[in-house]
Amino acid sequence: MNILVCISSVPDTTSKINFVDNDSKFDINGVQFIINPNDEFGLTKAVWMKQSNNASVTVLTVGEASVETTLRKCLAIGADKAIRIDCLPKDGYSVAKEIESHCNDVSYDIIICGRESIDYNGGIVPGLLAGFLDYNFVTNCVDLNVDGKKAVFSREMSGGTEISECELPLVVGSQKGLVEEKDLIIPNMRGIMMARQKPLDVITAKGISSLTEDKKFIKPEPKSEVKLVKANELDQLIDLLENEAKVI
Amino acid sequence: MSVLVYLESEDNKFKKSSYETLSYGKALADMMETDIFGVVFNCSNTDSLKNYGINKILKIDNPDFNDFSAKKFSHAIVDILKSEKIEVVILSSSANSKFLGAYLSGITDSSYVSNVIELPKSLNPFILKRTCFTNKAFSQTEVNSDLKIISITSNSFGLIENLSDPVIESLNINCVDSNHKILNIEKETGSVTIADAEIVVSAGRGLKGPENWNMIEALAKTLGAATACSKPVSDMGWRPHSEHVGQTGKPVSSNLYIAIGISGAIQHLAGINSSKIKVVINNDPEAPFFKAADYGVVGDAFEIVPALIEKLKARK
Ligand SMILES: Cc1cc2nc3c(=O)[nH]c(=O)nc-3n(C[C@H](O)[C@H](O)[C@H](O)COP(=O)(O)OP(=O)(O)OC[C@H]3O[C@@H](n4cnc5c(N)ncnc54)[C@H](O)[C@@H]3O)c2cc1C
Repeated sequence: MNILVCISSVPDTTSKINFVDNDSKFDINGVQFIINPNDEFGLTKAVWMKQSNNASVTVLTVGEASVETTLRKCLAIGADKAIRIDCLPKDGYSVAKEIESHCNDVSYDIIICGRESIDYNGGIVPGLLAGFLDYNFVTNCVDLNVDGKKAVFSREMSGGTEISECELPLVVGSQKGLVEEKDLIIPNMRGIMMARQKPLDVITAKGISSLTEDKKFIKPEPKSEVKLVKANELDQLIDLLENEAKVI
Repeated sequence: MSVLVYLESEDNKFKKSSYETLSYGKALADMMETDIFGVVFNCSNTDSLKNYGINKILKIDNPDFNDFSAKKFSHAIVDILKSEKIEVVILSSSANSKFLGAYLSGITDSSYVSNVIELPKSLNPFILKRTCFTNKAFSQTEVNSDLKIISITSNSFGLIENLSDPVIESLNINCVDSNHKILNIEKETGSVTIADAEIVVSAGRGLKGPENWNMIEALAKTLGAATACSKPVSDMGWRPHSEHVGQTGKPVSSNLYIAIGISGAIQHLAGINSSKIKVVINNDPEAPFFKAADYGVVGDAFEIVPALIEKLKARK
């Protein structure tokens, strides 16, 4: 079984968010990049499936050479092979199109993408990819079991969990729950050494144009000072919520 | 070119978010000087929709659409796109709507823009404001797709009443085949979900253990609120994952967010920052949450929360 895990390289969660070029570009100066957390849960699950389903795991990123550090980390975590589609990602649409084009050349039984990235938060790539390829699709996936050509999986929905089954191929939008936080694999020295030997192929991008463009970024207004209420004057808090903020 | 709204319903009732997406759709249709249509799957009583300016209700009544399926619903919407001239499809930010929006844009080869918080700044070019970097910034996004599919952040636009006299059209749409079958749906009964909630009561590691959540649930019940928690609380299994909010959990955009015993780490704040009013209860006056909150109480949650419940009950 072939599994593809699509990886987004995103700013570390503690990064200061600033913009350059007239507020049209994210300022990467001094920013540490990490594997998008939602993707990492998916990657860990895929690595487990090497054992349970005799799967081979490929990780793929659409990005410039700088994202190779992130791909090497994925190899150290346990992926067998990495692919970088060489271009600067412009929007979710063009990224999904580039991945689709690769999936038309190499077929995968399961394609895992994080439910959404923590930078642009589009939540778009897995759904687009499933739609383009006409594969089955589940997002907010919190459980996945594959037996032969059949998958049984759960998704978190508002107010509950839905359990369903389908035939492969399947596109999965992963998140925490698919594996637990404590299950995330921290690469050891051996993993890091082995990762250096594993293939990392660079593919020329198709150069698909984007459909959306971030014209300008705006930072939120600075917050006004908190109003403190004394612990023994909670009536005042209720009054403020009721009459000033009008939220209860 | 008209505007189409996906009107999500459950158990034969519209979700509140449907009225908000419809209010937004009506305002957008007015801007575009066009009509606003809504598609409804298996929800018989559509009377309430006329309060929000809808021109035409497209009703699909077919048991094949009883359970939500992104694929089946998307293909049904594609059928509508073929017969009506639609330029914008609007959805809410519920789990199902986001699931649907992304897949629909895939099969229509168009753009999907999520987390939209305002009407377009201009129509030509079509520029939307959306949140990004998990609420640490906004983007003005230009959309250059003929068909535009967008999701509105809940509580960002509000409800705008606008009486109309809609045409109701029953559509005979066949459901596409799919080998994707729903086996079971486990519903959490009786509780308010984070996505639908106007008020969210959230608690963190300051509560010391899962046995202390009774007062959090009681406070939520008094306010008609959903319960949520910080990441370590769900990692330790004190509360279910579905309650984990923040950058790597669920986003919250409620009208009121009450944080109890939560320090206010950057990853936590990122996920909840688009809530309108934030209240913090924490015994450490230096907790970073006080810098992000509108109202705060410094003190012991184990004293403050029960007292607050009493006072809220007395007020009613
Ligand atoms: C990659 C990454 C992603 C992350 N994503 C998220 C995320 O999505 N969501 C999230 O929440 N966190 C996230 N975190 C974790 C985050 O950094 C914090 O560790 C976490 O939010 C802290 O949770 P807490 O506030 O409950 O606990 P703590 O930081 O331990 O804070 C507990 C608070 O309770 C107060 N307290 C103690 N006793 C009392 C009392 N009796 N009465 C009142 N107050 C009391 C304390 O003063 C303290 O402020 C992430 C971290 C990383 C590295």
